[in-house]
Amino acid sequence: MKSFIAERGVVAPMDRANVDTDLIIPKQFLKSIRRSGFGPHLFDELRYLDEGYPGQDCSKRPQNMEFALNLPRYQGASILLARENFGCGSSREHAPWALEDQGFRCIIAPSFADIFYNNCFKNGILPIVLGADVVDSLFRELYAAEGYKLKVDLEAQQVTTPSGDVYGFEVDEFRRHCLLKGLDDIGLTLEDAAMIRAYEQTARERSPWLFDVIK
Amino acid sequence: MAAQTLYDKLWQSHVVVQRDDGSALIYIDRHLIHEVTSPQAFEGLRLAGRSLWRRDANLAVPDHNVPTERVERSGGVAGIADPISRLQVQTLDDNCRDYDIVEFEINDRRQGIVHVVGPEQGATLPGMTVVCGDSHTSTHGALGALAHGIGTSEVEHVLATQCLIQQKMKNMLVRIDGSLQKGVTAKDVVLAVIGKIGTAGGSGYAMEFGGEVVRNMSMEGRMTMCNMSIEAGARMGMVAVDDITLDYVRGRTYAPTGDMWEQAVAAWRELHSDDDAHFDRVVELRGEDIKPQVTWGTSPEMVLPIDGHLPDPAKIENHTQREGVLRALEYMGLQAGMPITAIRPDRVFIGSCTNSRIEDLRSAAAVVRGKRVASSVKQALVVPGSGEVKQQAEAEGLDRIFIDAGMEWREPGCSMCLAMNADKLGAGEHCASTSNRNFEGRQGFGGRTHLVSPAMAAAAAIAGHFVDVREW
Ligand code: SF4
Repeated sequence: MKSFIAERGVVAPMDRANVDTDLIIPKQFLKSIRRSGFGPHLFDELRYLDEGYPGQDCSKRPQNMEFALNLPRYQGASILLARENFGCGSSREHAPWALEDQGFRCIIAPSFADIFYNNCFKNGILPIVLGADVVDSLFRELYAAEGYKLKVDLEAQQVTTPSGDVYGFEVDEFRRHCLLKGLDDIGLTLEDAAMIRAYEQTARERSPWLFDVIK
Repeated sequence: MAAQTLYDKLWQSHVVVQRDDGSALIYIDRHLIHEVTSPQAFEGLRLAGRSLWRRDANLAVPDHNVPTERVERSGGVAGIADPISRLQVQTLDDNCRDYDIVEFEINDRRQGIVHVVGPEQGATLPGMTVVCGDSHTSTHGALGALAHGIGTSEVEHVLATQCLIQQKMKNMLVRIDGSLQKGVTAKDVVLAVIGKIGTAGGSGYAMEFGGEVVRNMSMEGRMTMCNMSIEAGARMGMVAVDDITLDYVRGRTYAPTGDMWEQAVAAWRELHSDDDAHFDRVVELRGEDIKPQVTWGTSPEMVLPIDGHLPDPAKIENHTQREGVLRALEYMGLQAGMPITAIRPDRVFIGSCTNSRIEDLRSAAAVVRGKRVASSVKQALVVPGSGEVKQQAEAEGLDRIFIDAGMEWREPGCSMCLAMNADKLGAGEHCASTSNRNFEGRQGFGGRTHLVSPAMAAAAAIAGHFVDVREW
């Protein structure tokens, strides 16, 4: 997994609450058996005026210029500023894959849906929860200044604005550790293989029906 | 020992390692697999040169991409017209063969939507931890299991280790006391809960459903409620084990038998929250107060009782909320203040892991029996949740009732719930749907979804607009 230590980048706005995973990456793209290539279809239904399908050349599609992410000022953004309950809906990891593929490394919102939040960490993306009023003021600053950038530091757990305001954020220690080091958590878990075997033995004695095989 | 909630008990009995940083390694008893979220996980396993930890804890079934029309279906995987869908289903078959995982293939009688199939086969049992790369895995919590959706990285983690690294959630109790009015179902109850607490209301919580209404509810109803706990923001929903649970599980294919059944039942009897267990949040509703529900917007929390009127954005103070309502009205092509009963569906969809079980089909059939679908309705689809549900429904003659009313009787699968196969809405079309998500484009590009119970969907199909099924 890609590590995340710090990021200084252009911020793009996703100014609506309850952005769901169908909106982040519509279902027709979930048919892919690959893990990459979802970037051009990020927010597909908002971004283009026509209906997208997998495998097409998106450079020729009509763009919806009312959608903020299409504006020149937000090109190359690596930080997404969003509203409440970002990423609600399905468990599809295609959502963080699409965000990552498009170049986003960090998402800031007042709250996230649980599964999406978790999936971000598995893909080198840092989701940051900041208070609703802080997010509000970041939106105001972002709209007011073209080329608006934020600095995000996972080590220090801080977001710094261009004017020097600093906001601390919380992140679970285990997730922070894995993200800073870019650790593969399957490898970590397998270090405890003996403990898993021991658990299985006890559980099998206590509740043998749980180990009835599917056949 | 301190009093525990059902969630506390399920969690505690599955901790393999408790770490100092608050995370824990949790053992997974059952892993369900479908074609959409698993290919990249198997690929990851292969690339890392890792093997499967416990083959027999897995069960696979294709559901999202499978066609539901008999003609297309009869050709099996090779007959799937869309080449990308075909490849995805084929990839599941290949992976299951390579790793020797049991799969109910496309035309197996046991095939169906993974969340219908698991409980139906007894593959998910009380007291289990159950995961699947699908957010509606919460459904299985109805059996008194700890069940939740996971992403593809975690699917790979489970395949390789039979464990997950988890943080413990907070406890929430949703208690519905009293009794339901005639015509009001589990779907209406859970929509009313979402309307009350919002789609983020359950974020960070494990949600237990309790109270008299839930205790009197069938397993099908409990599954409908747990299915939609994710729409209330909670990754997992659950219901305590009681006689209704045990009666449901007894005799299922993978359920224990003989002495082992007795032993299991003794353990399962403990699967309830202790009387004085602490919940971090309690939400209460009265059963009598709940009316049939219809969603009008693009989030499940945008829901109203059948006698309600659409909100007026001009009267909403909060900026983000007002913008949300404005955008939803515009997307849905509806006017502020109009009555719910004036909404006219172009299509009707009865199916999905929320409402495609036998009880759901019976309740829809009871409404349409001897009547005809309104001429303004272009299509009314009935898609059973599994091959077994289909067979049972046909044995009861429900298929005839639907067909005689002018509805289409299909092969099992996810179908128009998310429109990954050929069943979808056209742009601008309204749909009375028994599924669980009314997000923009969910049922087809530009499609407009209204979530309702099977009885309400059936009544709307006949009347040509939403009607109060209590007066039916
Ligand atoms: S029926 Fe719908 S919600 Fe359920 S698993 Fe299938 S696509 Fe997901």
